[in-house]
Amino acid sequence: MTNIVAIVKMVPDLVEELEINDNGTGLARDWLRLIINEFDNHAIEQAILLKERDGGEVTVIAPEAEGVEDMLFTTAAKGADRMIKLTSDFAEDTNNHALARAFAETAKAFQPDLILTGVQANDDLDGPVGPLVAEYLGMPYVGYISGVMIEDGKAIVRKEYPGGLIGEMEVVLPAVLGIQAGEEPPRYVAISKVRQMMKTTEIDEQEIPELDPSGGARINRMYLPEAAGRAEMITGGEEEIAAKLVEIFKEVGAL
Amino acid sequence: MNQDIYVVIEHLQGQVADISFISLAAARDLAQETGGQAVGVLLGHNVQDLASTLAADGVLYADHPALAEFTADAYQKTVASLIGKNEPRAVFFGNTSIGADVASVLSARLSLPLVSSCVSITGGKITSKICGGKIMAESELAKTTTLITMIPGGYKAEQGQSEQSPDVTSFNVPTLDDLRVMLKQYIQPEAGDVDISKESILVAIGRGIQTEDNIELAEELAELLGGTVCSSRPIVDQGWLPTSRMVGKSGKTVKPKLYLALGISGAPEHVEGMAESEMIVAVNMDPNAPIFDIATYGIEFDFFDLIDPLLELVEAAKRG
Repeated sequence: MTNIVAIVKMVPDLVEELEINDNGTGLARDWLRLIINEFDNHAIEQAILLKERDGGEVTVIAPEAEGVEDMLFTTAAKGADRMIKLTSDFAEDTNNHALARAFAETAKAFQPDLILTGVQANDDLDGPVGPLVAEYLGMPYVGYISGVMIEDGKAIVRKEYPGGLIGEMEVVLPAVLGIQAGEEPPRYVAISKVRQMMKTTEIDEQEIPELDPSGGARINRMYLPEAAGRAEMITGGEEEIAAKLVEIFKEVGAL
Repeated sequence: MNQDIYVVIEHLQGQVADISFISLAAARDLAQETGGQAVGVLLGHNVQDLASTLAADGVLYADHPALAEFTADAYQKTVASLIGKNEPRAVFFGNTSIGADVASVLSARLSLPLVSSCVSITGGKITSKICGGKIMAESELAKTTTLITMIPGGYKAEQGQSEQSPDVTSFNVPTLDDLRVMLKQYIQPEAGDVDISKESILVAIGRGIQTEDNIELAEELAELLGGTVCSSRPIVDQGWLPTSRMVGKSGKTVKPKLYLALGISGAPEHVEGMAESEMIVAVNMDPNAPIFDIATYGIEFDFFDLIDPLLELVEAAKRG
């Protein structure tokens, strides 16, 4: 039986065009499309896999954001037992230090054996959330994890290093793990099942009265990168492009 | 507080990581601004020799059996005690499996500000690259010791290397008992059927390939070109290709003659594994994809509309 808390946040969908706000210090939020942080999605999968293997409960905590309720009901459809939405004045300048304090305070009440979260998120500017939560709770943290087993009150984890090297580590519980990849790809759930969850389950709301962002980087300016050494663009119809590519392939000796 | 800039040196199995040389290059730029020195901080057991290649004004060395292999717990305690004692102006880490596990925890433990994903330092400005390389953010040193995690892209590793061995000074290691994280063993990567780091033609696929079935098309093209298919992280996480085919941060570093990137956006984690390719040709539907900033040739096009005529022409060219 493992009592697991998964910590999740919504991040900008990078497929969409990103814009800077009027102050020039953050992303313009008005039209920003948000999706679940892909590494958090892996953390949820790992949490559900552990529950299926060893029994236990999975609680998912996420801060309020556009689309967060659909995301939380989706985790319920996957097998999460409890969903919590944090509400607060999440202004544009909320950072991971503030979020981590809120997550830690909320997670504490569940006395988790294990807290799983994504190893990073695409909008992190003051480090990932996981190690901050760990330190605020006085728990050990190990990140870049792609495999977790629970044995005798300890977690045996696979930590990824560059070049494909794995460090097998033993971590005393309770602990926070930063998940790079779940042991299985995030599972798919049918929309009908998510809809059913919307009817049969509820999301708990917890208010965070005050956010404390201290310890985060203070951003003076945010901007879109200038295209530096931009590629020579090949244009035309598919036949023209294909012909040009064949020339390039010949040039490098591939043909 | 002194004005020195520290770099926590990452090393694994007797090798200093490139990100530490890159961080040293950045630290030297910053030290010029602050008027301090760029100092390497080396932790380990019987690894003093690793200091000899560092382009640092000096190296602080902690030797302890519990530091023989990296564990976040032991590194956090040792670096925390050093920062507490010396109060350097800034401390660099890699935004990596080693550095990121240490830097954030220290930010919370010591109440010190942290800036992550830094790519360069100019005139005291710290520039970070986020959102898969689509957004830049500028910050500056705080009034207290500032912690910074680095990603590759702004400096070459050679800029942080030197043949003049810096002076090495030992520093005291705090009590390292009650450690909560232990290394049990290293597991070497599976060899896989091919070693992509030795291939001269690579057809690389990313999220833009959309479904597993489409990998066949890339494989067909690779075979015609005498090359091999490799990929970015999401393809491996989906279980569509084995880990041995992954290029980037936790995967392989490749330098082929031709890197044909299909549906790869060019996030920094991927780019660090392939930026040194001799020629990069990128096909992507997103005109703002960062891959176009490092590619030799760019094609803003749907790969699926292109692949059939391309396969036909390549086949024809092969037939002569």
